[in-house]
Amino acid sequence: MRHQWLSVAVLALSALVLAQGRYQIGTPLTEQEVQQWNIRPSILANGVGLPPGQGTVDEGAKVYTAHCASCHGATGEGGAFTRLVSEPFPITLEVDSVDFAVGNYWPYATTLFDYTRRAMPFATPGILSDSEVYAVVAYILYQNGVTDGSEPMNAQTLPRVQMPARTLLQLDPGTQKRFPWLKLP
Amino acid sequence: MNRRKILQLLGKSVAAGAFFKLSTGLAQGKIPQGATEPMKTLGIPLREYGERSEFEQKVIRYISPNLRSRHTGASFTPLDQLEGVITPSSLHFERHHSGVPNVNPAEYRLVVHGLVSRPLIFTLQDLKRFPSITRTYFIECAGNGQNGYRNPPDMTLTATRSRGLVSTSSWTGVPLSILLKEAGIKEGARWLIPESQDAAAYIRSLPLEKALEDVLVAYAQNGEAIRPEQGYPVRLVVPGWEGSIQVKWLRRIELTDTPVMSKDETSEYTDVMADGKIWAFTWLMEPQSIITYPSGLQQIERGFHEIRGLAWSGFGRVRRVEVSLDGGRNWKRAALEPAPDPLSAVRFKVNWAWDGRETVIMSRATDEKGNTQPTQEEFFTRWARNNRYHYNAIQAWRIGADGRVVNGDRTLAGAPAQLGAAGRGGCGGES
Repeated sequence: MRHQWLSVAVLALSALVLAQGRYQIGTPLTEQEVQQWNIRPSILANGVGLPPGQGTVDEGAKVYTAHCASCHGATGEGGAFTRLVSEPFPITLEVDSVDFAVGNYWPYATTLFDYTRRAMPFATPGILSDSEVYAVVAYILYQNGVTDGSEPMNAQTLPRVQMPARTLLQLDPGTQKRFPWLKLP
Repeated sequence: MNRRKILQLLGKSVAAGAFFKLSTGLAQGKIPQGATEPMKTLGIPLREYGERSEFEQKVIRYISPNLRSRHTGASFTPLDQLEGVITPSSLHFERHHSGVPNVNPAEYRLVVHGLVSRPLIFTLQDLKRFPSITRTYFIECAGNGQNGYRNPPDMTLTATRSRGLVSTSSWTGVPLSILLKEAGIKEGARWLIPESQDAAAYIRSLPLEKALEDVLVAYAQNGEAIRPEQGYPVRLVVPGWEGSIQVKWLRRIELTDTPVMSKDETSEYTDVMADGKIWAFTWLMEPQSIITYPSGLQQIERGFHEIRGLAWSGFGRVRRVEVSLDGGRNWKRAALEPAPDPLSAVRFKVNWAWDGRETVIMSRATDEKGNTQPTQEEFFTRWARNNRYHYNAIQAWRIGADGRVVNGDRTLAGAPAQLGAAGRGGCGGES
C-alpha cells in the first residue's frame, strides 16, 4: 500500500517535470554569482564587456618589452612565435601567410584586447592588469600604423579603431545561405 | 557461393597474379619448428587496465619536428597505420592552443548564462543525469590537408601528414538543446559563446540554431571518459563543423545577440580566397577522402592489394567514393563499409592487382548533397594559394616501378609556396 502511494507520488512528480518541459537539474545562479564565474568576460566587437582602465603607447612599449618581446620580437616583427606587426596591405596572393598580422589581417581591434587578456602572456596568462592590456594593445596598433598613438586606449576609444582588414572580411556565402539573418559586426 | 563460382573467382585471381606474392611471402625452409616461444611459458596475468602489444608501440601520432613548442600546434592521427572507422582515443588527433589542462572532475562546473531566464551551474554528475545520446561523428581540424598548399608538393608526404587531422569517435553526452531549455532561452538570443578552461580561456561563437539542432555536450568518447587531449571531462561536439569550434574543457556558455569575433574566428580559421577576400565563419567541412593503403612512403609488391581509405563530409553522409588506378582517367566505385552514417567517416575499399608498372592512384568522395572533392586546379580557382585551411583537393599517390609510393600531386604553375616560417606551430601543426 505504501509502495502504491509512493508510485503515485513519483508519477505526479514526473508529470510536473514534464509539464514544465524541464528536468529540474542544475543549480540556479544569481547574476552576481555568474559574474564571479565569468572572470574573463567576452569582449564584443561593439565594445560591450570592455573594463575600466586605459593605457598609452609609451606605457604599452614597456609592457611589451617585459612580457611579449621574447616571443614576438623586439618590436613585434616576430620571433619564435607569431609576427604581430606587418607591412603588406592589402593581403595579396603573394603574401606569405607568416606575414598575416594585426595590421593587415585582424578585422576588429576589440579582439586584440579580448585575446591578450584571455590568453597572454603565453605561459602566464592573466598576470596583466586591464590597464596594462589596454597599453600593450595601444602599442601594437600603433606599431602597425593603424593608430597615430595620440590617444590612450580605453573602453571608449578601442571600439572606434577601424582595422584595415575589416574591408576584406566577408561572410562565407554558404554560411549566409544557411543563416540568412547572420551579419558580421 | 557454390564451388563453381569459387573456382571461377580463383581462376580470375590467379590470372591476374593476385595471390602470387602471398604464396611466396615466406622464404623456403623458414617454417618455424616446434612450439613458438609464447607456448613455452605462462603469459601475463590479469591486469586492471589494458595495454596494446609491445610490438605496436611504434603506432603513434605524428608531431612535426618544426614546432618550437608542444604547448600549441597539432599532432596527427596515424591514418596509414589504422583500420576501420573508429579512431582509438589515444590516437585521436590533438589541436590545442595552450596545452592540455588537468581538470579535476569533482571540481568541474559548467555555467550557462547570458540571455536566459535562469542562469544555471551544472556539476559533471548533473550533466550525466540528463537523457543521453551516443553518436559516431568525425572531428576534423580546419587545417587538415594543409600540406596540400605546398608547391611544389612535398615528396615525403604520408597519408598521416596529408589528412591526419581527422578522427572518428563514438561520442556520448547530453544534447545542448536540453541544457538550453533548462536555462530558458530569452527572446533575442542568436548566439552562444562557449568558453574553455585551458590557459587560453579559448572562446568561439556558435549560432543558436546549430546548437539546438545536433550539438552535444559530450562526456564520453568510445565508451570511456573523454581523453584529456580531447576535452576531459566535458567538450562540445558540433557535428560536421570545423574542429576548432568544438570547444574542449568547456566551463561557460553565454547566450548573446551577437558573435564575439574572437581571435580564433578572425585572425585564425578565416580563409583567404582567390579573389583576395577573407571569408569568416567557414564552419562546414567539405567532402574528403584519403587512400591510406597504399600511401606515401609505403612499399608494395606486385600482385593483389586491397586499396583502403577513409572518406567523410560535413554535409551529411558520404554517398560514394571513386578510385582511379590510372592517374584520374578512369574511375571505379569503391565498396563502403559500414553503411555510411551522417557526419561520420566511412571506410572504402577496392580490390586491385598491381602489374608492376608505374601508376598514380587517387580517390574522390561525393556526399549526399552532391558535393565532390575538387582537383588541385579546381580547388585553387576558389581558395587562395596562401590560404591555410579547408584544403580538400584529391590526393594522389604515385607508385613507382620499384613499388615505392610517393606523393602523386602535381606541381602547379605559379609561385612556390611553403607553409610560412618553420616553428610557428598553428592549426596545421606543420608550418
